[in-house]
Amino acid sequence: MPGIVYFSSVSENTRRFVDRLELPAARIPLRPVDAPLHVKNPYVLFTPTYGGGDGQGAVPKQVIRFLNDEHNRSLIRGVVAAGNTNFGSAYCLAGSIVARKCKVPHLYNFELLGTAEDVTRVREGLGQLWLQQ
Amino acid sequence: MSEKLKLVSRVSAINWNRIQDEKDVEVWNRLVNNFWLPEKVPLSNDIQSWHTLTEAEQLMTTRVFTGLTMLDTIQGTVGAVSLIPDALTPHEEAVYTNIAFMESVHAKSYSSIFSTLISTQEIDEAFRWSEENENLQRKAEIVLNYYRGDDPLKRKVASTMLESFLFYSGFYAPMYWSSRAKLTNTADLIRLIIRDEAVHGYYIGYKYQKGLEQETPERRQEMKDYTFELLFELYDNEEDYTEALYDPLGLTEDVKAFLRYNANKALMNLGYEGMFPKEATAVNPAILSSLSPNADENHDFFSGSGSSYVIGKAVNTEDEDWDF
Ligand SMILES: Cc1cc2nc3c(=O)[nH]c(=O)nc-3n(C[C@H](O)[C@H](O)[C@H](O)COP(=O)(O)O)c2cc1C
Ligand SMILES: [Fe+2]
Ligand SMILES: [Fe+2]
Repeated sequence: MPGIVYFSSVSENTRRFVDRLELPAARIPLRPVDAPLHVKNPYVLFTPTYGGGDGQGAVPKQVIRFLNDEHNRSLIRGVVAAGNTNFGSAYCLAGSIVARKCKVPHLYNFELLGTAEDVTRVREGLGQLWLQQ
Repeated sequence: MSEKLKLVSRVSAINWNRIQDEKDVEVWNRLVNNFWLPEKVPLSNDIQSWHTLTEAEQLMTTRVFTGLTMLDTIQGTVGAVSLIPDALTPHEEAVYTNIAFMESVHAKSYSSIFSTLISTQEIDEAFRWSEENENLQRKAEIVLNYYRGDDPLKRKVASTMLESFLFYSGFYAPMYWSSRAKLTNTADLIRLIIRDEAVHGYYIGYKYQKGLEQETPERRQEMKDYTFELLFELYDNEEDYTEALYDPLGLTEDVKAFLRYNANKALMNLGYEGMFPKEATAVNPAILSSLSPNADENHDFFSGSGSSYVIGKAVNTEDEDWDF
């Protein structure tokens, strides 16, 4: 069964959302000293957006480092982004950037911890996506 | 009531090379990079547009801005400062001083809007209204009470409510005007404020959650109950305030959905799930897209082939860290 790969900073909003999906998930490590994550199966990437709206740093460095690994990159099947609409046109920008860079669909956006509807929708969506693979 | 001035009891020189919480540095950098001044926005381009508003519309808009001025004044002179003595790290203290300063910039921006668009007499009248409006005074009183109180966690809850919830009855108005292609420069300025408030609410809420981690289960429960009670109390008051401002224009229900949507986000910043159900938080799509142009783009690509996603506009966000 393919899985979820996610990044979440110390505020852990994205981690809490992924937990609520109750699906197998691997976390991209926070610190450069941690052993890097190498994946073996296809996955959907979940990432928060940082950067704050001035265009730089929307994709967390840890996520970039993970995707710079060609093997990891070859297994990505889609991206789900987290953010906050207060950031205007930078809302969930990380999702658009990763989608374009890796040529995969930008599947979904949610805010902060996500709502109950977001959780249901993403669970269903992931189920359908894996059926199509 | 006379209180002794509460200050930190001990000060050691701040060392930015020894970081206890990396969020402090990250947020500090973000706030510094986001720094702006109202002079950067060409507000005078809105003068013509302002004169297309009816008298009732102008009155509502002016009152909204005096209300926002008051909240930013509170947060700048009392709120952010009151968080300093409880800071867990010296870098957290530094972030609060940055937040406090930025609130003063926000408060001053409303004056820039006023002086660009309306006469001194109208400004004075609007400020008089805000001083006499019961609901506005009540919301100030509720948060100020917690700022003066002696519970550091409750102070953070009240502060997050202010940053992430209480501003939005006011922020609605410029988003509404911008969705109708009016006062668009004013809206651009307000968007800068909205972005700042997102980082403020996130950060104070995060520090609240860190503080909560060190508490007993009973105390955590107490804080959760307190948070929801406070939100209810503030929400009730916001409803009345919203009616006073928006009833004459028939916008009240629309504003209330926006309030509930933001109330849920304030709760999330504090680590709780939202309390208003989906139906109650369905923000008018025009308002949402005025806030964030990509928010109502349908990003639900799970259905369909799932492979046909094309990015509408070019994202020219290159980061040197990418290897490919
Ligand atoms: C400094 C900072 C910058 C942010 N920049 C953006 C942004 O540009 N766009 C966006 O949609 N959200 C932005 N956010 C919101 C975060 O993506 C959101 O809070 C997310 O839930 C954080 O996830 P995490 O706790 O898993 O790290 C920003 C948050 C912070 C604190
Ligand atoms: Fe502010
Ligand atoms: Fe603020």
